[in-house]
Amino acid sequence: MASSLPTLPRVLPSSSSKPSSPFVKFISPTLKTTTSTSLIPSSISLSSRRTSSIIPRATASSSSEVSNSLAKTTFHGLCFVLKDNIDTDQIIPADKATIFPSNQQERDEIGSNALSGLPDSHKPRFVEPGEIKSKYSIIIAGENFGCGSSREHAPVCLGAAGVKAVVAQTYARIFFRNSVATGEVFPLESEVRVCDECTTGDTVTIELRDSGGLLSNHTTGKQYKLKAIGDAGPVIDAGGIFAYARKMGMIPSPSVA
Amino acid sequence: MASAVISSSPFVCKSSTKVKGLGFSSFPKPSQISVHRCQKKSIVSVMAPQRSSPATSGSVKTGMTMTEKILAKAAEKSQVVPGDNIWVNVDVLMTHDVCGPGAFGIFKREFGDNAKVWDPEKIVVIPDHYIFTTDKRANRNVDIMREHCREQNIKYFYDITDLGDFRANPDYKGVCHVALAQEGHCRPGEVLLGTDSHTCTAGAFGQFATGIGNTDAGFVLGTGKILLKVPPTMRFILDGEMPSYLQAKDLILQIIGEISVAGATYKTMEFSGTTIESLSMEERMTLCNMVVEAGGKNGVIPPDATTFNYVENRTSVPFEPVYSDGNASFVADYRFDVSKLEPVVAKPHSPDNRALARECKDVKIDRVYIGSCTGGKTEDFMAAAKLLHAAGKQVKVPTFLVPATKKVWMDVYALPVPGAGGKTCAQIFEEAGCDTPTSPSCGACLGGPADTYARLNEPQVCVSTTNRNFPGRMGNKEGQIYLASPYTAAASALTGHVTDPREFLQ
Repeated sequence: MASSLPTLPRVLPSSSSKPSSPFVKFISPTLKTTTSTSLIPSSISLSSRRTSSIIPRATASSSSEVSNSLAKTTFHGLCFVLKDNIDTDQIIPADKATIFPSNQQERDEIGSNALSGLPDSHKPRFVEPGEIKSKYSIIIAGENFGCGSSREHAPVCLGAAGVKAVVAQTYARIFFRNSVATGEVFPLESEVRVCDECTTGDTVTIELRDSGGLLSNHTTGKQYKLKAIGDAGPVIDAGGIFAYARKMGMIPSPSVA
Repeated sequence: MASAVISSSPFVCKSSTKVKGLGFSSFPKPSQISVHRCQKKSIVSVMAPQRSSPATSGSVKTGMTMTEKILAKAAEKSQVVPGDNIWVNVDVLMTHDVCGPGAFGIFKREFGDNAKVWDPEKIVVIPDHYIFTTDKRANRNVDIMREHCREQNIKYFYDITDLGDFRANPDYKGVCHVALAQEGHCRPGEVLLGTDSHTCTAGAFGQFATGIGNTDAGFVLGTGKILLKVPPTMRFILDGEMPSYLQAKDLILQIIGEISVAGATYKTMEFSGTTIESLSMEERMTLCNMVVEAGGKNGVIPPDATTFNYVENRTSVPFEPVYSDGNASFVADYRFDVSKLEPVVAKPHSPDNRALARECKDVKIDRVYIGSCTGGKTEDFMAAAKLLHAAGKQVKVPTFLVPATKKVWMDVYALPVPGAGGKTCAQIFEEAGCDTPTSPSCGACLGGPADTYARLNEPQVCVSTTNRNFPGRMGNKEGQIYLASPYTAAASALTGHVTDPREFLQ
């Protein structure tokens, strides 16, 4: 009976289908060492997101990323600029919601459709036709980013397309929550209307700090402060809602299935 | 995690309320909060000026709003204040065909292949989004949910196997939010979560109801709990007699037009007043349904005899209604004299792009769509039929009718429309030249697979009783959607232009 169900791949060594997650950068080294030993047996994933790399035995290739604490995380790349009220149907058209990113093939498919709901007049396209990933790893947006549906396909498709972080003026709450829960993109908030001062294709760097962050636009030479992550911080630090709940003792460590 | 940084919300901007975190969560210290721009839109006309709430601290026991009380009880605490992050017990978790597979997949991944859900009687699985389609992946999702429900012994699974005839499926209901109400799953005082943004509809029953994503749902499946941040409450007091040409859809479009699509972000929208008390449950559902379109976390209406009558006819599960204390703190107060309001629409491409229907009478339209959790309930069709009957004319554009549930469909064919000499909605629709009412589901409200009935496949202008009109919402990216009440939709069908229903109603 269970065999007919597409299961999400295990996040551990047996799983080969998960791409590296942006969240590997967020885990503090202290947390990694305390959680990796006693809590999680080998066959069970640590958290709800694609954080396979945070478990030491699986992270040989990404240890340098994993050793960064939340405060020292950086993202660097080209930015894609959007304005206000980009709703979930523009991020991922509703008819693509039948894609169930349980395997790499469908994950590629949903990634290739990221932001395909933007009007045809919007240029350049976020993902070039025929491509799976976008060349823009950072999205800069205006107000109320991600309004509309509660479907997680929205942050998932962005992450699948290679987006590491979003810097928006404000977020719609469900999208923000889903971004944190899935670990697909790091949702940051700017203090000013950065989307009016950046252009798609600008090279930017984001540096996260305990008290907020810094967005540097290398093309314009300007810098912008980012807000502290606030209440979401402890959950992101822990590695997602499941890891957070285990850390807080709300749910027991999983037993071997 | 379920939070924006506090300083981004207008809440901080307006009041000096300090929120004290209870337990582990750490809030940004006031010195770290950079209070910046308030809401960008100015408040207009019919509202009283907003009051800022008095400052509270955790040591002073203050009155609580309805939402605060519901969440406090669900978290087994005697008191909560907005901003608290609390673990809340969930009474009902709903999912459907689009998000169910993902939610259960995450549940299994996190809790193990042999894990059991926390309570198989508190989960309601309602296929409704992409049902009547040949899209293989859409069909696959319903099959996946069937397997999960069988494996977990889920008590409430409103299954469909015969896609050719919805009536041949004894369990199938249709649109999840309407089915939840009709099947007695909505009860005052409870916490209801759903993997759909319009789960806020159930707030009409005086409960806390909000939409969540698959990961949160996977967590709830295993634990029956969720981490929630207590939202502050905005109060909307609607008084005055409801004009005969006005519906709840006009009220909520009025409000969203006032406060914008982010006007209630992270907040509760509490609706009260004499007008609210006069509304039926279905009209109250329409009101709460679009709370998410204002960014709201949840909507809530104090339960009363109307609520109890509806609920007690559908379930024998006991419930405990709660009400806002007299000294509760509200972060904003809006008052409306409903008797002065006029039918409105939301023009493309935003639910807050409000305009008077009569000022859009030159807008030529190509089609009308009556359906969805927002505007596809029995009373919505009754209203449309009543107007069409009063007009006695034929529609000038294709008019698509998508009953939300099997029960609504049956009502459309069985119930006589008041004042129509015994005619049913279906008869009136047929005489007026509308399309035959189709199989109940979410239909084209959100576009759907290419073969979805009434999908906007061309760049056409559509007047719709649905809830969102962002670009591409119903299919074609250049499609133009005017959100409207059933009365306005029916009137517009008769003229081929956006039309104020007073043209046909006395």
